[in-house]
Amino acid sequence: MRTLVSPLALRTPRGRLIYWTILTVVVVGFTGAFVFPLYWMVTGALKSPDELAQIPPSFFPKSFDLGVYADAWEQLQLGVFLKNTALYAGGAWLFTLAVDVTAAYALSKLRPFFGKLILGAMLATLMIPPMVLLLPTYLVAKDLPIFHLDLLNTPWAIWLPAAANGFFVFLLKRFFDSIPRELLEAAEIDGASPLRILWSIVLPVSRPILGVVSILSVVTVWKDFVWPLLVLPETDKMSISVGIASLSAQMPQNVLIASLVIASLPTILVFFVFQRSIMAGLTAGSLKG
Amino acid sequence: MAVTEEQVRRPRLEGAADPRPDDDHGGALRRAFGRNLTAYGFLCAALICFALFSWYPMVREVVLSFQENNFVDPGKWVGFDNFRTVIEDPAFRSAWLNTAAFSGLALVIGYAVPFVLAVVLNELRHAKAYLRFVVYLPVMLPPAVAVLLFKWFYDPGSGLFNQILDVFHLPPLSWLDSTSTALVSLVLVSTWMNLGTGTLIYLAALQSIPGDLYESAELDGAGLFRRVWHVTIPQTKLILLVMLLLQVVATMQVFIEPYLLTGGGPENATVTVAYLMYQYAFNFGDFGGGGALGLMLMLVLLVFSTIYLRVSREEEAQ
Repeated sequence: MRTLVSPLALRTPRGRLIYWTILTVVVVGFTGAFVFPLYWMVTGALKSPDELAQIPPSFFPKSFDLGVYADAWEQLQLGVFLKNTALYAGGAWLFTLAVDVTAAYALSKLRPFFGKLILGAMLATLMIPPMVLLLPTYLVAKDLPIFHLDLLNTPWAIWLPAAANGFFVFLLKRFFDSIPRELLEAAEIDGASPLRILWSIVLPVSRPILGVVSILSVVTVWKDFVWPLLVLPETDKMSISVGIASLSAQMPQNVLIASLVIASLPTILVFFVFQRSIMAGLTAGSLKG
Repeated sequence: MAVTEEQVRRPRLEGAADPRPDDDHGGALRRAFGRNLTAYGFLCAALICFALFSWYPMVREVVLSFQENNFVDPGKWVGFDNFRTVIEDPAFRSAWLNTAAFSGLALVIGYAVPFVLAVVLNELRHAKAYLRFVVYLPVMLPPAVAVLLFKWFYDPGSGLFNQILDVFHLPPLSWLDSTSTALVSLVLVSTWMNLGTGTLIYLAALQSIPGDLYESAELDGAGLFRRVWHVTIPQTKLILLVMLLLQVVATMQVFIEPYLLTGGGPENATVTVAYLMYQYAFNFGDFGGGGALGLMLMLVLLVFSTIYLRVSREEEAQ
């Protein structure tokens, strides 16, 4: 496809020279800006405290000793933090899908009275940045209205707020809206219940959007810092980000760096595997918010 | 009303296949009722979650900021006392100035960069997948990890940044420890870890620009920069504006950077409104003061959100 620079200009010797120069600069620049810090982190964790403090620093670590990673794993109980975070993110994922899919289906296909109003109220929550509601939401988690339950230090404090996501309802509803009516009406005539229609017709054709919502919800909870910092103050209940941050002051530099590497591995791995869905979610979200 | 709505929206199926032969008034009403019952059955989980964690907190936020509360006795209405306390706090002024400066600096440093990167990336024919992957890597790191990583890079002694300055024979900086560079250092982390999002969004927008616009501009004799100015920017105007507003709203809520890097120091140079709000509630135990700060921040951000809503509607209409 034709872009800013015409293909003709790129075919001249001068055009080619400029193109390859820019390409080299961009590749080197991107690698330096975005990959090198990560390289520095991974190798930093292999260095001894003396080697870390050394000036000028060594580009390659002197030894290849994975012992620091083992230390970090044990001293910081990273296993516990990772297990907690997986529990929070996994549960949040299940809740988000169960709650938001049913809501979007009802709003899109069953069209109840006040449906528009409810959708509007859900979308309105996107207008209020989460940070400004931090304190009242914390108070709700601490003493749930009506039920008077204290959700602090329980996974519910993560799961329930994660499910109240207007953006996911919006994405799902927009997708469900595009499913042709005839498809559902045929099933309705055959006597299928709404739940059955949702399960065996709507969900199978909605795989792409379900994938996007799933990954977004897991990654969001995994990366979150402020909310778990407030609602999961007990050390044994902390998520990985909060755990490392709260213990960071009391440990040697190289152990801290090793724990940072371990903490970033899961999300980077997810990115490797689900790159497509993640980027699809990115543009789906931004172009129509 | 219910019946007519039903009939307008769903033209009745004709003939023998119709499963609902009882098309009298009562039948339609019963069906509408049944449909609503099912719909609300499906909706109730979401309604509970939204009510508890989205709608009620909005009300509670307002109540909170006008009450004095120890969470044992019922809250006492105190009018604007909380606001007065907060405004008289010397950190209040610093917090707003720093938040505005943080947002402003983030715009200066970080707003144009993703767009320029996207324009360049869109012209490249090689290494596309690699570049797109790499630019998004920092976004995938948990923010706490990215921030703690940069804390180490900012170390005045053996930190990476001063070592790099040294390679170029530049004098070392004290980064987080000096009032003049602390805030800029926070902006740098924040920009680094969010750059990828903007770049990929712009890239998607650029790919939808029709190629013949560039073609005809070139035939009219427009050079490279004039093509950017007269084709690329007008074609991506709305998304540029949307991203501007989103970035302002996002950066004005900055919390994790001061929390993990500086604790608001040195000398309040990096206290932000969100951070001060956190301090009021969790360090001073004054949720009223924190609530007042939150409400003020909400009102400011609502202005931007409202403009954002207008702009994105306009975009959708196009």
